[in-house]
Amino acid sequence: MRPTDTLRFAAGALTGARVRSGLMLIAMAVGVAAVVVLTGLGEGARRYVAGEFAALGTNLLIVLPGRTETVGGAPPMTGETPRDLTLDDALALTRSPAVHRVAPIVVGEAVVARPGRSRDTAVMGSTAAFQAVRRLRMERGHFLPAGDPRSARPVAVIGTTIKDELFGPRRALGEWLRVGDRRFRVIGVIAQQGQQLGVSLDELVLIPVASAQALYNTPSLFRVLVEAGDRSTIAHAKGEVERIIAERHEGELDVTVITQDSVMAAFDRIFRALTLTVAGIAGISLVVAGILVMNVMLVSVTQRTAEIGLLKALGAPAPRIQLLFLTEAALLSLAGGLAGLGLGLAGNRAVAWGVPALDSWPPAWAVAAGLGTALGIGVLFAVVPARRAARQDPVQALARR
Amino acid sequence: MIRLEGVSREFPMGDTVVHALDDVDLSVDAGEYLSVMGPSGSGKSTLLNILGLLDTPTRGRYFLAGADTTTLSDAEQATARSQRIGFVFQFFHLVSRLTAAENIALPLLLAGHAPDERRDRVRGILADMGLADRADHRPDQLSGGQRQRVAIGRAIAMNPDVILADEPTGNLDRHSGEEVVGILEALNRDAGLTLVVVTHDPALGKRPPRRVAMLDGRIEADRRGGAKP
Repeated sequence: MRPTDTLRFAAGALTGARVRSGLMLIAMAVGVAAVVVLTGLGEGARRYVAGEFAALGTNLLIVLPGRTETVGGAPPMTGETPRDLTLDDALALTRSPAVHRVAPIVVGEAVVARPGRSRDTAVMGSTAAFQAVRRLRMERGHFLPAGDPRSARPVAVIGTTIKDELFGPRRALGEWLRVGDRRFRVIGVIAQQGQQLGVSLDELVLIPVASAQALYNTPSLFRVLVEAGDRSTIAHAKGEVERIIAERHEGELDVTVITQDSVMAAFDRIFRALTLTVAGIAGISLVVAGILVMNVMLVSVTQRTAEIGLLKALGAPAPRIQLLFLTEAALLSLAGGLAGLGLGLAGNRAVAWGVPALDSWPPAWAVAAGLGTALGIGVLFAVVPARRAARQDPVQALARR
Repeated sequence: MIRLEGVSREFPMGDTVVHALDDVDLSVDAGEYLSVMGPSGSGKSTLLNILGLLDTPTRGRYFLAGADTTTLSDAEQATARSQRIGFVFQFFHLVSRLTAAENIALPLLLAGHAPDERRDRVRGILADMGLADRADHRPDQLSGGQRQRVAIGRAIAMNPDVILADEPTGNLDRHSGEEVVGILEALNRDAGLTLVVVTHDPALGKRPPRRVAMLDGRIEADRRGGAKP
């Protein structure tokens, strides 16, 4: 029997029993759709988090003052405090060729006011490098000017929310703004960014780092963002940063350097594990579908006893009859799988439409695994009915009307 | 063409053993036409199943076209069924979802013949059976006589040596029955096919030149000549 004839005969047998085939198709489709939707959600969540990190810059190192260590022992008696992380420390880091950009950061709160309007908001001091490190786009004007980071210029860059609340529809560029007890001239408005890991850049006033240090009367930095040349040099850059800081702090490494990459990798692993887990749970429904396939195929074999007997009388050997039934199961599982895939992708689109932040889309491996499992389980559970069909005694099979 | 030597077929039934065939010897030459008659349980159906390689004897040997079939494997028996034997059943046993043409093509399909070859062969058979305008009808759109003609078409699709007909008119009205018998006899007369008809019906049973009567698993009588049609 030719393969195309085998396929056509099996397809004909399936379309000949619409209700039966339809039921099995739905069972398979639901199973595969569950896999596709759930892994799509998991993957969407993973990509959302990865995207948040990527928005922070993927080659990023974060230098925090103080050393977090989990070594046991009593606390030192002398009350040792970490040294401040200063602007000079940050600027010294630029000496290393492994370091691409350095953005020192000072963070505080202040009342920001215009005549007649004011609000309390977060104020951040940084340098021109911050724009490149955080991938910020400008809506209007310029970002903080390059030049000596030590000079406390009275300029400010504001987020869109601040612009709207303090200036309304009027032009903000060139206007003066009071931040705490100092006056700053607005030179730029940051394009809307939305939330980044819970920090809204839209509600931020950015001023030069030296101005912020003066405003809060502190020599220390909140943290330093360091961008390495590329992903592969991150480890090297981390070593360089630690070496330079230790050198400047009398040989003591009293800062913590977090690599963006390691944090991101950890999240990545967590979400992948989560996606695998939900895929496994959805896979159970495929097994249930497989049992239904077996059940319905057994009924089918019983109902088609006469046909099986006839095929034997016409010279079909037992293995061919088994193959015909397995082909039916495979075709059905494949059709169910594809229908489920379509259903699942539609479901994912619906989720993405409802929750735009969650770009729900299943990973390729989940699609392949879903279809493969459907096919494998469908055929596997059809083996028993197919063998039963092949073993059918033609005399008894034909004796029934 | 067919030679049975001491063939017995026993079925266990509860504690006892039923002797469906009891030491049967039968020899049929190529091109012969014979009927097998007998009451229910006389073993005539079992005989037909064994002749058709659907069943194997408990004892004895069955030679088909010179080859001992009792030593063949399952696959070889299937091949022999496909190439040497055509079945015609009382209840037609057509596949209800297939058209007349597809039902006739089924043995060719199973044997792996090319689609072009199948189409030509099936077209010829449909014409011979007077079903040319019924090619695309499904069995439920055909009359009983037409269905049995499709079944005969299927039986001869592979150019077999032997046609085994089990009550071929048992489910037909008299007119259709005569038509079907006419076609079968023409195949025997014109194409030289060996024709074995198993029947209850005395009118049908007395037509062939050779008539075998069975009782309790034995051949009771084997008459030749005489009441020619």
